[in-house]
Amino acid sequence: MNSLYLAWQYIRFNKFKTIILVASITLIAVLPLSLEILLAESERQLLNRAESTPLLIGAKGSALDLAMNSLYFDDEVPELLTMAAADRVYDTDLALPIPLYARFQTRGHPIVGTTFDYFDFRKLKIAKGQPLTMLGDCVLGAKVAAELELGPGDSLVSSPENLFDLAGVYPLKMKVVGVLTPNHSADDLAVFVDIKTAWIIQGLGHGHQDVTRTRDSSVILKRSEGNVAANAKLFHYTEITDENLDGFHFHGDTSIYPVSAVIAVPYDDKSGTLLRGRYLEGDESQLIILPAEVIDGLLQNIFRIRNVLDAVIALVGLATLLAIVLVFTLSLRLRQREIQTIFKLGCRKATISRMMMAEIVLILMFCAVLSSAALGVIDSNAEELVRRLFIG
Amino acid sequence: MISIQNLQFHYPNSEFRLTVPEFAVSPGEKIAVVGPSGSGKTTLLNLLAGILTPKQGKVRVGEVAVSDLGDAGRRDFRISNIGFVFQDFELLDYLSILDNILHPYRITGALKLTGEVRQRAVHLAEQMGIAGHLKKPPGELSQGEKQRAAICRALLPNPSLILADEATGNLDPTNKNRILDLLFESVAEHDATLVAVTHDHELLPRFDRVVDFRKFQQGAGSKELGAKSPLPPTPDSQHPTPASP
Repeated sequence: MNSLYLAWQYIRFNKFKTIILVASITLIAVLPLSLEILLAESERQLLNRAESTPLLIGAKGSALDLAMNSLYFDDEVPELLTMAAADRVYDTDLALPIPLYARFQTRGHPIVGTTFDYFDFRKLKIAKGQPLTMLGDCVLGAKVAAELELGPGDSLVSSPENLFDLAGVYPLKMKVVGVLTPNHSADDLAVFVDIKTAWIIQGLGHGHQDVTRTRDSSVILKRSEGNVAANAKLFHYTEITDENLDGFHFHGDTSIYPVSAVIAVPYDDKSGTLLRGRYLEGDESQLIILPAEVIDGLLQNIFRIRNVLDAVIALVGLATLLAIVLVFTLSLRLRQREIQTIFKLGCRKATISRMMMAEIVLILMFCAVLSSAALGVIDSNAEELVRRLFIG
Repeated sequence: MISIQNLQFHYPNSEFRLTVPEFAVSPGEKIAVVGPSGSGKTTLLNLLAGILTPKQGKVRVGEVAVSDLGDAGRRDFRISNIGFVFQDFELLDYLSILDNILHPYRITGALKLTGEVRQRAVHLAEQMGIAGHLKKPPGELSQGEKQRAAICRALLPNPSLILADEATGNLDPTNKNRILDLLFESVAEHDATLVAVTHDHELLPRFDRVVDFRKFQQGAGSKELGAKSPLPPTPDSQHPTPASP
């Protein structure tokens, strides 16, 4: 106990030196371990999500972009395809098509346009409020609701895609009608809308005052039989309400409207195999992927990088340890006088060694406590960190 | 109490040689050792304390032949029986004055740190006039106060032999006498023996005996001056001294 007491007094007196030492040791311990935690978590998240998604259909291009956008709502939007792609799957009678349009954002969170089937497929339940019922409604992922402190009855405005596009589409004020239960996946961080609402956000569907009934002649450019042309003064709705719902409409055939991907849920294994076969033609403009295969390939690359990273960390760790040994050695040299005094007083060699060891033990204990705390924080936030650092 | 016979000592790779054919100190005696710098006064104290071991000859303190003990034995003997006041205090910067005084109790199992010991440490500090500084680190004390703290550390275990190397060197005249009074009181109280190296000739009459160390170096055996004897000649230049270690 006396050794520990003296060691503690020494450490207290040399606070600055101790803090630097503890910080370096902690850092070198926490760095590889936290990386290990985050990589394991990212592997878990990536694989879980990928393995639970049987097939993904997208426009020909990057399979990785398609998988990352469709599974984790990554910012990188893949080549778009049309709603006809979903109809095509439906017509095969081999799988259930679930269209996804994950292109827009609101307050830093992805807006995912989809259909009711998506909620059933991902087993997403409403924790508060109700499911989507009309255009302009949105349902929040659990973490979005918590982070933005929003719930049913509140509203959210979509973010413009390009701030400098002055002639662009007005942001849409969406009504929050429900909040989902957490499912510890990218769904928790997304805002879900009906796919038609996503098209309205893009400006493909819109609502404005009825030009056939307006009495304001300054709005009308040209009126002819069966056709009225209005100028830019025409008031466009930026929010869908019960009153103006009828004013919203889509021009043209919605089958040519864009989607970013179609999740295909085969009715059985054989159907899945047959469906994949349909997309293997050479002139096929669409791509069908097994998300698990794509993500597995990504993970292999991550692990290769991790090996390099591990080696770098090991080298840095070794260098730090050597520096720490040097610090201890120099410290011992600087403390020769003190050691001489203790020796002259009659202290045994073993006691002197025990005192030095007590200092090292105390320092290592501080490092262990700090490292544990840091790793605890990282571990408890790993899910969020992985999504923000690696996936999101 | 102390007896030295045919002692020879030299540091490795040094011209310095210390030869003491015979030297004895009686129990309870208070002797002053004087001599020029580098004449081996501190070396003698270190030999008595078992910090150094003679190349030849015997050093006995009480019933124990210190020179025959092994390293661990000498350390145990030293911490239990000898109070050493070092020339430059040798207080530890990172300990408070109280912890410095209690330090010998924290570095050995031979001494038990009890409440009574703590009380005695505080009492000693009061006697030395440093009770108000017990919680301060040595860096905040004057040289004289540090010296007094070092003396408290040496006296606390009630040693049978007190070795003081320039114990009053950093003190003003008033404090010199006060500290010497305390040392003498402690010696008397515990029936201890005091061997003090000093350059301060004003203090010599207060010792029982003064040993002029230059006489050892001249190979003429120990010339031991009697108590209250006339002061030895002081100018160091009159007697060439051996090379210091």
